[in-house]
Amino acid sequence: MIRTTQLAYGYQGQAAIRFPDLDLAQAGVLLLQGPSGSGKSTWLALAAGLLRAGGGSMLVAGQDLGLLQGSALDAWRARAIGFLPQKLHLSSALTVQGNLELAQWAAGAAADGEAVRRTLHALGLADLAQRRPDQLSGGQAQRVALARAVLLNPRVILADEPTASLDDTAAGAALQLLGATAHRLQATLVIATHDARVAQALPAAQLCRIGVQSIEPAGVGG
Amino acid sequence: MNVLSLALRYLVARPLAAGLNLLLLSLGLGSITFLLLVSTQIDRAFERDLAGIDVVVGAKGSPMQLILAGVFHIDVPTGNIPLEAVQELAKNPQVAQLIPISLGDTFRGFRIVGTTPAYATHYAATLASGALWSQPMQAVAGAQAAATTGLAVGASFIGSHGLGGTGHAHGDHPYQVTGVLARCGCVLDRLILTATESVWQVHEKSTALDAEDQKIMEAEREVTLALIRYKSPLAAVTFPRLVNTTTEMQAAAPAVEITRLLRMVGVGTEVLRGFAAVLLLTAGLSVFIALWNAVRERRADLAMLRMLGAAPAKVAGLVLCEALLLAVVATALGLAAGHLLTEVVGSWLQSERSLPLTGWIWLSAEWWVLALGAGVALLAALFPAVGAYRLDVTTLLNSR
Repeated sequence: MIRTTQLAYGYQGQAAIRFPDLDLAQAGVLLLQGPSGSGKSTWLALAAGLLRAGGGSMLVAGQDLGLLQGSALDAWRARAIGFLPQKLHLSSALTVQGNLELAQWAAGAAADGEAVRRTLHALGLADLAQRRPDQLSGGQAQRVALARAVLLNPRVILADEPTASLDDTAAGAALQLLGATAHRLQATLVIATHDARVAQALPAAQLCRIGVQSIEPAGVGG
Repeated sequence: MNVLSLALRYLVARPLAAGLNLLLLSLGLGSITFLLLVSTQIDRAFERDLAGIDVVVGAKGSPMQLILAGVFHIDVPTGNIPLEAVQELAKNPQVAQLIPISLGDTFRGFRIVGTTPAYATHYAATLASGALWSQPMQAVAGAQAAATTGLAVGASFIGSHGLGGTGHAHGDHPYQVTGVLARCGCVLDRLILTATESVWQVHEKSTALDAEDQKIMEAEREVTLALIRYKSPLAAVTFPRLVNTTTEMQAAAPAVEITRLLRMVGVGTEVLRGFAAVLLLTAGLSVFIALWNAVRERRADLAMLRMLGAAPAKVAGLVLCEALLLAVVATALGLAAGHLLTEVVGSWLQSERSLPLTGWIWLSAEWWVLALGAGVALLAALFPAVGAYRLDVTTLLNSR
């Protein structure tokens, strides 16, 4: 679940961004929409505990983020948040399997080869485990990044523009996989996007328009 | 996966940069190891061979040459001195012990030294086999001389005239080996010892024109030099002056001459040391630039690690670990290269019958090479690691 009340964040020398209040149930889907520079990335950074809110409160996966700081915040993020960035940032020095093991290492979790195998299998990546990122297609690489994001069974998955550079077919497949994975893990899914295809593919998603102060069902917004 | 294997994989992923840094660091550390091994062993050899010798008396000439020839046996002597004069010196109340040394012949490059058993006793030499000589034309081989030439108890050999090993052979006067010395790690290892009388006998018989001539020679017998130990250190003030002003001989203090020699050689050592320092500095800068670039290139990857839950210290630790891994491998390579080079130079010096030098030793000072390698690498990694520590993770969200 995610609940925000009067959430605001101000970059130095700029007017504070005020975000609409929202209340999203666990395993719900939220689409963050808004033009470039409206604050979608800032909202994701706040939800991941990378930025501290300048005002208001934010509850993510039952945790009031205002109460955490430092290494406790890092540990919480490792456990609760799965992040799928727009640029995937898979380490080219490591294999697909290595990139997933890296997530376990970064989170301070014990090495768990079985979990890695299970996650790769669930996302149809079992045969690609020993490939390097430069040996993958765009779609395969995105699936690896998703596998990395969900390896530790996060309560919340944050996806930043997951369809930005994909054609209609690939975008559909990516959203289907993202939705199915979140559903399988019963994780809350937040997608920051300005791609209209996303709202059409996920009609049940709650919509949060940043910069226009409104929350509405996806079918109404578009 | 752990921080070590991860750092290793990042290094292997950039083989050119890692290889260059490894080479530069290894060269710097190898040079320092080589200098350390050589200078320490030469100092030790000088110290060991000089121990208990307060002054060397020989023919007038260069005092340093006298010391190098008489104590270390790595130079030709300045000439000979009359036996009578040496016997007079032995009676001087300031002299506790006088060991005569007579040089002139070699066997396969190893010097044959005419002396008294006191010379072997002075270096606390022990016999590996056989016994010391009891009469002229008997010889005792030092450990290295015996090992190289194959001389063993019961063998006989013929010396060749001159210290260069190119003179004529004294064919009519073979030596009998009566003993072989155990290795002492001192100058005796590369000498063949015999009675002073042997040297006289060989040269008088080979050069005397007739019996009359031989009698004249016997009356004018000489030795090459004398190693002297004082009864009291106070003698150092008056004894050399006495010899230098009242006789045709010169007295040279080994400690003074060796200090002078080391000061002269020291300039070369300092140049080499400076060269090694420049190499290390270059290596440090190269590691710094490589890591700085790596952190810049991998900014987003490192931010991803933070996003995945790694604390800032963990990300900075990864960068430091990369540098430390380089340092450990470079130190191992540098130490190996330094020892190998010392062994090669040592083998060459051994074939020249010169100072003993080996790469097969470990000095406690070499731990400092390890510390130096780690220090340079850590210093070079400091700023990149701080950069990684302070990384702004939100850049991850802005990279498109």
